[in-house]
Amino acid sequence: MAAVITVRAPFVFMRRLVSARLHRNCCSKLPAACLVLRPHSYSLVAGRQHRYFHTSYVAARPIVQFKLSDIGEGIMEVTVKEWYVKEGDKVSQFDSICEVQSDKASVTITSRYDGVIRKLYYDVDSIALVGKPLVDIETDGGQAESPQEDVVETPAVSQEEHSPQEIKGHKTQATPAVRRLAMENNIKLSEVVGTGKDGRILKEDILNFIAKQTGAILPPAPFQEIRPQPPAAAAPLTPSAKATPPSVPIPVIPKPVFTGKDHTEPIKGFQKAMVKTMSAALKIPHFGYKDEVDLSQLVRLRSELKGLTESRGVKLSYMPFFIKAASLALLHFPILNSSLDENCTSITYKAAHNIGLAMDTSQGLLVPNVKNIQMLSVFEIAVELNRLQILGASGQLGTSDLTGGTFTLSNIGSIGGTYAKPVILPPEVAIGALGKIQVLPRFNHKDEVVKAHIMNVSWSADHRIIDGATMCRFSNLWRSYLENPASMVLDLK
Amino acid sequence: MILRLSSRACVLSGSVRLKSTLASFFDDLGKSGIILKSASSGIFENLALEDWIHDHVDLQNRSLLLLWRNSPVVVIGRHQNPWQECNLPATRRLGIPLARRRSGGGTVFHDFGNINMTFFTSKKKYDRHRNLKVVTSALKALRPNLDVAATDRFDILLNGHYKISGTAAKLGRSSAYHHCTLLCSVDRSVLSSVLKSNTAEVIKSNATPSVPSPVKNLLEVDPTFDSSTIMEAIASQYNSEFGFDSPVITVDPTHEALMPGIHKMAHDLQTWEWIYGKTPKFSVCTALVVDDVNIKLDMDVRNGTVERCALEIPADWLSPEIVNELISTLKGSRYCPNETAVLVAAFMRTRSMTDNVAEKIHRLCEEMLSVM
Repeated sequence: MAAVITVRAPFVFMRRLVSARLHRNCCSKLPAACLVLRPHSYSLVAGRQHRYFHTSYVAARPIVQFKLSDIGEGIMEVTVKEWYVKEGDKVSQFDSICEVQSDKASVTITSRYDGVIRKLYYDVDSIALVGKPLVDIETDGGQAESPQEDVVETPAVSQEEHSPQEIKGHKTQATPAVRRLAMENNIKLSEVVGTGKDGRILKEDILNFIAKQTGAILPPAPFQEIRPQPPAAAAPLTPSAKATPPSVPIPVIPKPVFTGKDHTEPIKGFQKAMVKTMSAALKIPHFGYKDEVDLSQLVRLRSELKGLTESRGVKLSYMPFFIKAASLALLHFPILNSSLDENCTSITYKAAHNIGLAMDTSQGLLVPNVKNIQMLSVFEIAVELNRLQILGASGQLGTSDLTGGTFTLSNIGSIGGTYAKPVILPPEVAIGALGKIQVLPRFNHKDEVVKAHIMNVSWSADHRIIDGATMCRFSNLWRSYLENPASMVLDLK
Repeated sequence: MILRLSSRACVLSGSVRLKSTLASFFDDLGKSGIILKSASSGIFENLALEDWIHDHVDLQNRSLLLLWRNSPVVVIGRHQNPWQECNLPATRRLGIPLARRRSGGGTVFHDFGNINMTFFTSKKKYDRHRNLKVVTSALKALRPNLDVAATDRFDILLNGHYKISGTAAKLGRSSAYHHCTLLCSVDRSVLSSVLKSNTAEVIKSNATPSVPSPVKNLLEVDPTFDSSTIMEAIASQYNSEFGFDSPVITVDPTHEALMPGIHKMAHDLQTWEWIYGKTPKFSVCTALVVDDVNIKLDMDVRNGTVERCALEIPADWLSPEIVNELISTLKGSRYCPNETAVLVAAFMRTRSMTDNVAEKIHRLCEEMLSVM
C-alpha cells in the first residue's frame, strides 16, 4: 500500500533518503531550515532548487489487514473479550493478539506477522465477524506470508523475546556430549545460540535454550559473555611480559555481563497498609527493654495440659499463657494498656485488654487481636487463637478482628531469633516481641548447672508516657507469672 | 517408573526408556489416539495439565482424551465474573477454592462425584458433537434404557430435562480442546448453595453469564452406577468411536521433569491476578443500611481492582472529610474483603477519631465487605 505518510525513523536513516545532489545544490544558497530533517517527521518542500525530488514519499512498510479467520463449526461471529495488544505495540509472529469467545469456546488469536499494531477494529465486548479485518499490522514488507492456517498461538510458556537466530547457515560446532544432550531434548543445534569460541555451542547454551522454551523458572544467572580479549590488551598486564614470552598463556578472565533488569511496581494493598501504619509509628519515641525468662516450669505445665486440650479439640501453644500473664500484669500497670491522643494532651486508659497477635500470613503481616483477655481463661484464649489462626491462613480476617487492639505481642521466635526491636502499633503504647525458646545451661539456687528453657523478651514502649522503671516492673511481674505458673493461679480472674 | 499403567492397560514392550518429556513419549508410542487419566485431584494441577498438553503435545495426527476428577472446587469460565456467578462468602466458609479455567463457557461445581473429560484434537478434527456422542453412547452401552441426549448447546440432558453435562472449549493455533463435565454423584446441596450468587443484582457487567439449569446425578436415576465403571466405558467408547486402541495411561501432573514448565502453569492459575483479576470490568451499585442510615455505594472495578469508589453518606452521620479519606484508602486496592479489612484497619489505626466514629466506620466496613 503506497501512501504519503509521516515516517518515524532515526535521523541517520532519514538523511540517507536525501539525495547527494540536494546537498550540492542547496547547501550554500538555502536557509538552513529547509534542510533540517526533524527526526519525527519528514516533510518535503517542493521548490525550484529541489527539482530532483517528488513531493510524495512512497512508504516501504506495507500495512496488512489481518482478517479474523474461520474458527470452525460454521461460526460466523465472535465476541472480542480481551485485547492483549494496543495500537503502537510491536508484535512478533505467534504472539497473542486477543481473546475472542463464541458459544462456550474461547479462542486465542495470534499474529501471523512481525510488525507494529496500527489499528484495532473492535472494542472489548463487541461482535467481530469472521472474514473481516481484526487488526492492521504494519509489517517489514519483506516477510513471507505464513501458510493458510493463521491463528497461530504462542505456547503459553514462551511469551518472552525471541532468541536471535543468527547461527543459521553456519556449521554449528559442538562436542559430541553436547550434541547428544541436544538430540535427547529434540533441539536443533541451528536454533541454539552458541556462546563458546567461534560460536561453539556449549552445554550451558542447551540448558538455557530448554529453560527459555519451557519457561522453567531459573534463578536469574549472570549471562556470561565470553569475549576473548584481543592479544594487544594482554600486553599491559605486566611490563616484563614483553620481554619474556610466557610458556603458559595468561588466562583471560571473562567479564560477566549482568542482563537483569530492575522491576518497579506500585505499593498497594497489604503493603500500603503496612507503610501507613509504620509511618505513623515513627512519630512515637520508642525505648527498648529486654529480659530473659526461664520457662522450664511452664514447659512442664504445658506438656501436662496438652493432652487435655487436644481432647477438647484445641491446640495449646505457649501463647495463651504469655497473653494471660500479660493481661494479669496489665492490671497492675494500666498505663501500658492506654492510648495517647493526637495532641499528647490526654491519656485514655483502656478498660478492655484486647491483646493483638502479630501473625505472619501469605499476604504479609497481619495483627488480629483477641478481645477482653481480662475475662478469658487460658483455655478460652487458646480457642480464640485457633480461630484467628485458621481465619488468617485462609485470608478471612475481618475488621472486627483487626481493629480495637490495645496491646500487642509478637511471637517472632516461632520463626526464629532471640532479641528484636518491635515497633509499636498506633494507637497503642507498648509491644513485646518473644524470641525462640532455647535449652541452655543455667545455675540453680544450689549452684548446680541445670538444663533451663530460656526465652528472651524484647519490649518497646512509648517514652512520652511510659518510663523505664514502669516497663521493668511490668516485665518482672509478667516474668514471675511465667517462671512460676502456680502464682498465676493465685491472681487469676 | 513415572507412568503408572492401569491394570487394564497393555504393558509397553521392552524397557521404557525415560524420555525427556511426555510429548516425546507419545511420539515414541506411535499411537494415533491416547487416553490419559490424571493421578491428581487438584484443580490447578489438572488445569495446568490440560494447558501443557495443549501447548506441547503434537495433536496434528493424534487425538487425546484426558479423564480427571477434582476435590470440591468452583470453576468459572475464562471471561466470567466470580461475584456474579457464585456465592463467594459461602465458598470461603466451606473452604471450597475458586478456579478460573482458560476455556469459555459457564460456572460449574466439581467434586469427586463429577467426571471431567477433555478431548484434545487438531483444529481440523475439532468436533464437539462427535465427542459428546462418545459420552452418550458409553452411558447407553452400560444402561441401554437410559435417556441421555446431547443438545445443540452441547449440554447432555437426562430424561430430556435434567442437565448432567456442560461443555466448554478452547481453540489455539492449530489444536483445540473440548472439555465437559458429567454429574455422577455430586453433592447437590453444596452445588446449589455455592452456585447461587449473593451479589448478582448489584453487579453490572458484560461478563459471560451462566445459564442455570436443573441438574441431576446419574446415581439418583440408577444407584448401581459407579464412577470408575463410567470412566472405563467412556475410554473404551472413545477407542471404538475413533478407531483407536489406547490403554488408559495414568499421568502425575506434578512431575516437572516429564512436563517441563507445568509447575509454573499451575502456579499462574492460582494467582489472584488470574482468578479474580481477569474479571472483565464491572460496576457495583448498591444501597447499604447501617444504623438505620441509608448509604449508597458505587464502585467501578477493573482487573479486580477498585478503580473508582463513591459513598453517599449523610453528612451528619459521618463527616465528608473522613469519608473522603476512607475512599482514597480504598481506591486502587483489590476488590477483596481481606485486603479491604486490612486497609480499613490501618486507616483506623493511623487516623485519630472518636470511638463513636470508629464504631460507625467499623459497621460501614462490615456492610461493604458483605458484597465482596
